[in-house]
Amino acid sequence: MSPAKKKTRRVASPKKVVRKAATAIRKAAPKRPSLKVVKAPAAPPTPSPIASIDSLMAYAYALEAEASERYSEFADAMEMHNNREVAELFRKLARIENLHAEHILEEMGWTQAPPPPSSGWRWQGLEGPETADHTELHYLMQPYHALQIALHNERRAEAFFADLHRKAPSGKVRDAAKEMAAEETEHVRLVEEWLKRTPKPDTDWAVDLDPPRWSD
Amino acid sequence: MSTAPAQAVTWTPQDYKSDYKPIWCPGCGDYSVLSSVTKAFAMLQVKPEDTVVVSGIGCSSRIPAYTSCYGFHGVHGRSLAAATGLKVARPELTVVVAGGDGDGYSIGGNHFLHACRRNVDMTYLVMDNHVYGMTKGQPSPTTEPDWSSKLSPGGTGLRTFHPLVIALAAGANFVARAFAGDPNGTADILAEAIRTPGFSFVEILSPCVTFRPEQREWKKVVHPASVQWTDDPARAARRVMTDDGFNVGVLYKGNRPPYQPPVGEARKRVADLEKEFAI
Repeated sequence: MSPAKKKTRRVASPKKVVRKAATAIRKAAPKRPSLKVVKAPAAPPTPSPIASIDSLMAYAYALEAEASERYSEFADAMEMHNNREVAELFRKLARIENLHAEHILEEMGWTQAPPPPSSGWRWQGLEGPETADHTELHYLMQPYHALQIALHNERRAEAFFADLHRKAPSGKVRDAAKEMAAEETEHVRLVEEWLKRTPKPDTDWAVDLDPPRWSD
Repeated sequence: MSTAPAQAVTWTPQDYKSDYKPIWCPGCGDYSVLSSVTKAFAMLQVKPEDTVVVSGIGCSSRIPAYTSCYGFHGVHGRSLAAATGLKVARPELTVVVAGGDGDGYSIGGNHFLHACRRNVDMTYLVMDNHVYGMTKGQPSPTTEPDWSSKLSPGGTGLRTFHPLVIALAAGANFVARAFAGDPNGTADILAEAIRTPGFSFVEILSPCVTFRPEQREWKKVVHPASVQWTDDPARAARRVMTDDGFNVGVLYKGNRPPYQPPVGEARKRVADLEKEFAI
């Protein structure tokens, strides 16, 4: 073999080794949750007819309070897993929803949280329209994902009140529901703006070089 | 000021939460179960100091630490034994036992059978995710036979344990299935389970998003039971044996009187025993 054709064995740089390992892990990893929830869902069916303003506002209060509680739980979970940026964002969302809930109490002149409007009362979905599902979380999620969740929830709340506006038996309730829907539309717009200012995550955001599943 | 549609409550769900934050994986169904437990306690207005949450070992068994009630984080699979002793000795307490499918159906399987049979007045909730999560994803008694992973290539091929049918056959007085993603509905079921005298068993489908990420889809397939609960265990068993496993609601409510500890002679003997241990 001529010296010109002699193959030289090159040693890969540590950086390349890490990159290669990351690619291998990414390829082997099972499909991660997409966390893409931006599509506006169909309006959740409204619960039993809401015939009075008190009842409507009790629903509105529960919607905001439950959302605030859930965002707080999300913030705690993210804090515990050292994802501080997302924890802070969820904390902020919890504060915002709590302000909305307090605003309802203030507007209605209620000194304490109203109980569920009637016995056996439930949302017709599994939870309130503005309450995010626990399984949407991922320990490596980024602020963009958190805002996508928030956007999804605001859109559901908007759809909830819009649906109520169409179906409410009383004119007063219809008008109030219209107003609430308009408020939620504004929230949707605000979160959309917020999303535009937030960096989109890389495609490999869920890659963990030290995954909890050894089989990954 | 309007006459608010408010009613005075002494205890809110928040009052039953401790200052310790759960360390479950983000996305875990057990967060919602914790929320349901505290909501159920608030519905019943049980005093935290008169309520005890007992558990075994596993992710879900961490739950006592996250409540402000008394708690006992016990030995693997032995939560029901500890809770039985506690309830018999202190019948005035509300005793809730919590755990997972591995803890309750495998390591503690025998205790499960006899707790149903004894019918001591307590509530057992099992957060079932069909996997051993804490120890990194081994198949549990409720894992599907064809669930393949590196720890069980090709699946175990084993028939799954059917906890609801076992509970019915063994004599549980209240049997229900719930879903973690429905915390309000689950809270209702838990409250009813606690209110019902005797041994109440609530199986809660609680997704493990780390080792069973496909369980995120459960929320799309669970549905409320189309029929009311029955007091006929045979009918309840037939229903649950033929359903799709995602029916949620109360399945069975019986009328068996709860276990009462013996009085008279037996009591005296216990007192004598105590004297023997006196220093």
